[in-house]
Formats: sequence, C-alpha cells, structure tokens
Amino acid sequence: MWSYALRRVLATLPTLLAVITVCYLLLHLTPGGPFDAEHRVSAAVLANLEAKYHLNEPLWKQYLLYLNSLLHGDLGASFRYEDWSVNELVANALPISAAIGGGSLLVSLVVGVALGTVAALRQNSAVDYGVMLLGSIGSAFPSFVIGPVLILVFAIWLKVAPAGGWNDFAPRYMLLPMALLVFINVATIGRVMRASMIEVLHSNYIRTARAKGLPLRTVVLRHAMKPALLPVVSLVGPLAISVITAAVVTESVFSIPGLGKLIVNGASNRDYTLVLGLVVLVTVLAVTFNLLVDLAYALLDPKIRY
Amino acid sequence: MILNNKNDALVATLGQALEPALPGRSPWTAARQRFLRNKAAVLSLALLCGITLACIVGPWLLPHAFDAADWDAMSQAPTWKNLHWFGTDESGRDLLVRSLIGGRISLMVGLLATLASVSLGIAWGATAGFMGGKVDAVMMRVVDMMYAVPYLLIAILMVTLLGRAFYLVVITITVFSWMDMARVVRGQTLSLRSREFVEAARAIGVPTRRIIFQHIVPNLMGIVVIYTTVTVPGVILTESVLSFLGLGIQEPMTSWGVLIHDGTTVMEISPWMLLFPSALLSVTLYCFNYIGDGLRDALDPKDR
Repeated sequence: MWSYALRRVLATLPTLLAVITVCYLLLHLTPGGPFDAEHRVSAAVLANLEAKYHLNEPLWKQYLLYLNSLLHGDLGASFRYEDWSVNELVANALPISAAIGGGSLLVSLVVGVALGTVAALRQNSAVDYGVMLLGSIGSAFPSFVIGPVLILVFAIWLKVAPAGGWNDFAPRYMLLPMALLVFINVATIGRVMRASMIEVLHSNYIRTARAKGLPLRTVVLRHAMKPALLPVVSLVGPLAISVITAAVVTESVFSIPGLGKLIVNGASNRDYTLVLGLVVLVTVLAVTFNLLVDLAYALLDPKIRY
Repeated sequence: MILNNKNDALVATLGQALEPALPGRSPWTAARQRFLRNKAAVLSLALLCGITLACIVGPWLLPHAFDAADWDAMSQAPTWKNLHWFGTDESGRDLLVRSLIGGRISLMVGLLATLASVSLGIAWGATAGFMGGKVDAVMMRVVDMMYAVPYLLIAILMVTLLGRAFYLVVITITVFSWMDMARVVRGQTLSLRSREFVEAARAIGVPTRRIIFQHIVPNLMGIVVIYTTVTVPGVILTESVLSFLGLGIQEPMTSWGVLIHDGTTVMEISPWMLLFPSALLSVTLYCFNYIGDGLRDALDPKDR
C-alpha cells in the first residue's frame, strides 16, 4: 500500500510541473511587459522595478525563482490590485468557494446516493423516471443556462431567495448557487448509483442474504451499500474538478466573491500573475484531490492490487 | 448439355427471385437504415438542419441588421409587429437576427474546433496505438495529464494571454477537446494492429506512416463518427462558457454565450432576452446528444 501511495504521489509531480511550466512560458510569450501601463515611468524607475521583480534576469533564472517562491507557498503579487498579494486575495476568496463547492458536493452525494438507491429498488416507478429525467436535464442543459433561469424563477418571480451577492456566509445567499451545483451533480451521482446498485442487487451473495430471511432494509444498507458505493467514490475526483470549474460560472452568475469570480475578474483585467497564480493553485488542488480519491479507492476496494 | 441448360435456367430464375429480396448491404447502408429507424435521432437531425439553415439564411431574409437599432421598439417583448418575433434588446436590436448571427458564430466555432481536435485526436491516438511501447506510454501520459488539469481555468489563462480573436478562441478550445478522441482511437488501433491485413501490409514492406493512415485510419471511421458528434456539443459548450464569462467572442460580434450573458443582465425587465438564446443553445446541444446516441446504436460493431 505504501509503495503504491508513494508511486501515485510521484506520478503527480510531472503533471504539476508540466502545467506550471507551460503556463509560465505562455505568460512570457505574451507581448508587452507588466509596466507598460497608461502612465509611462522613466527608464531608471522601470529598471528599478524590473530589478525588484527579477524581470531583468534571463528567463530560466526567473522561472527557477518563480518555482522557488511557489515551493514557499508564495503566488506572487497582483499586477492590478495594488497592495494585494495573490496570497491575500486567495485567502479571502478560497473559504467562500470551498463552502459553496464542498457544501454542495456533500449535499449532492447524500441526495444522489439516496435517490439512486430508491430508483434501483423501484425500477420503472415514478421515482425512477424522476431521477432519470433529472439526470437528462442536468447533464444536457449548461449551468449558465440553468443558473439564470433559477434566478429568474426563484429570485425575481417568486422572491424566495436573493438573486445573488454575498453576505458573510449568510445561508440565504448560498441557497441558489448551491441548489444549482447540487442539481447538476445529483444527476450524475444518481445515475451512477442506480446502475451500480442494480448490478450489486443481482449478485449471488445478495440473493443468499435474502434467502436466509434478512429484511430488505438490512440487505440494502448492510450488504449492498458498500460495494455499490465504489463507483460513486471514483466519481468524486472528477466531480470535485467539475465543481471547481463550475465555480467560475456559478460565481459569475450569482456574483459571489470566490475564486471563480477572482479568476474571471483577473482575466478581464489582464492581471497575468493573479490568473497564473490561481491556475497553479487550482491545478494543485485538483491533482491532490484526485490523488486522495485514488488512494481512498485503493483502500476501499479489496479487488485492487498494488 | 440439356442438364446444364436446365441448371442455368434454374440458377437464373433463382437469382431473379433472390435479387430483389437481398440487395447488397454494405455496413454503411445497414448503419443508415438502423439510424433512420431511430425517431429521436432523425427528428434531432432534422431540427439541427433547420437551425443551421436558419442561421445561415435567416439574417439575409429578415429586414433587420444584427447591429442596427430600432428606435421605435426598444426592449420590445416578442411581437408580430415589425417582425420582432423574439423581441428586441434595450437598444432596439432585433433579438431573432442577433440569435441567428450568434448561432452562426457558435456553430462555426463548433465546426472548426471539432475538425481540428478530431484530426489531432486521430493522429495522436493512431500513432500511440500503432507504435506501442515507450512512445505509447509517453503519449498517453500526456493525455492523462491533460485530463487531470481543470481545463476551463487554463483556457481562461490562454485567452487572457493570447487574446480573444476568433481563431484564438478556436485554438484554445481545440487544445482541450482532443483527448477523448485520442483515447478511443488508440484503443481501437491497438486491436486493429494485430489483425491480418496490417500484418500483411507490414510483410510486404509498407512504411509505418502509410500503414497508419491508409490501413488503420479508414477502419476507425465508425468510432470516429460517433465521437465527433459527442465532441461538437462539448466544443460549442466551451465556447459559450468562455463567451458567457466575457472572455470569448467580443462585441460587436456575438454568439449564443454572449447573448445569454446579455440576457442575464436584463432578465428582470426583459426575460425573453435570456430565454430565447438559452433555448436555442439547449435545443442544439440536445439534438447533438440524440444524434450521437443514434449513431452509436447504428454504428456500434457489437450490434452487428
């Protein structure tokens, strides 16, 4: 197990390095320096500025310096938000995104597993068709269509929740964005859970458990649930990445000051270091999360040999 | 002699009896017949052709220009008057024409980026699958890496750095859309590689490059067609997301993503601005999904 874990950890390093390198090179391919702004500074001041940010060094040295500061957890300074480092901007935005993303992922896991199980036990019932319908809507309509429609119906026409904005983790403001993310994810989780539960329920040991007279509830919860959950566990990694990606859209739709909004603002303002820092951070998060899910999967599934 | 003649006659009549009953069925004819039996897929195809045709021809037929303001009808709800069937935006521009022009851009980006990523995916997958060994391992490792990164964020970085011209948006989308195709093609190539006709080609000394592109690639066409129809909606969706975020197609040009974004800013007073472009985009995506399903059923070699 430990050697497998070590191998998996080592395997993620080239991915991270490749992403950082490509992004960094892209940044340097861009014409124009960071200080070519509206008001030009004198040559001497420019030289001082460039020396301060090591812009006068050769590219490979700048790259190594950047890697070094990344290893120390320093994402650099923002080119547009004066007096803010990328780290400080992230520290403000990350908890907001984590609350919405993590919260919605948790809710959709619970709801999705429950719905999928019920749909598997009552095949071709109203619940089953409901789950399938939800699944096809949730996977076919893009989030930036569902989101505004949710606002239109629930905030503007029915007035049950605010249309957007953020008020220090007030649940009212988290309602609609989380509803959107849950709606999208429940569809996927429910479908996978239904399929795997049906498969497990047809296996021999479940028939044995039923034959010796165990009640259905015990059979499903005690015997069928654990193996049926495995495909869902392997889904958590991609789902987490999709939640991070969806944050870009949801936070724009609901104007929430999280990581997604930060990156979109940074991109609109051409705040290169901010966007680069955020991309590196999110990639590290995504790759780490995938790694954790893989390790958890290896622990849970006795059939996997390493 | 007589016996032979009799036999010939018998064969002729038998042949006549059989011929109309058993027309030659190439795999593609059979696939087409299977596809045509799938009502949802055929309906989707017809609908999609209708939308595409409307996007191409519609703007020429309608009396409004996509960037011209109608000062008598600003923020006009959908009406028969003045042919503002979809209503107008806050500066009086006709939404129907704008939706069709936006559709042109969205579909064009979809077409170009799909073509590019499909070609890249086939070349990558076929090469990796055919070469095998170390080359395969390295090439597929790159694909795994591309899967592991949150592509939308890197796409945002790319359009930030490179710019938002039409062709740059297409390139950015292409970079992140070819991996599925590469994976599928590689798998198929691996199984084709050990087949007799490839062995024969190698035995008579056909160079590797010609084996890949003349013997392997034509045999991949079924699976390529299926995955192309799956790629198109994904590509259109990515373009819409970028445009929706204000990072894709720029004013005065427009696309469905731009229109949906504009719609969200005014949905309180003119909800039609949000609903019509959203509906067009969603219907188009749905159509591609159904056509993909239909093609999968029609072309899947397992069903033959």
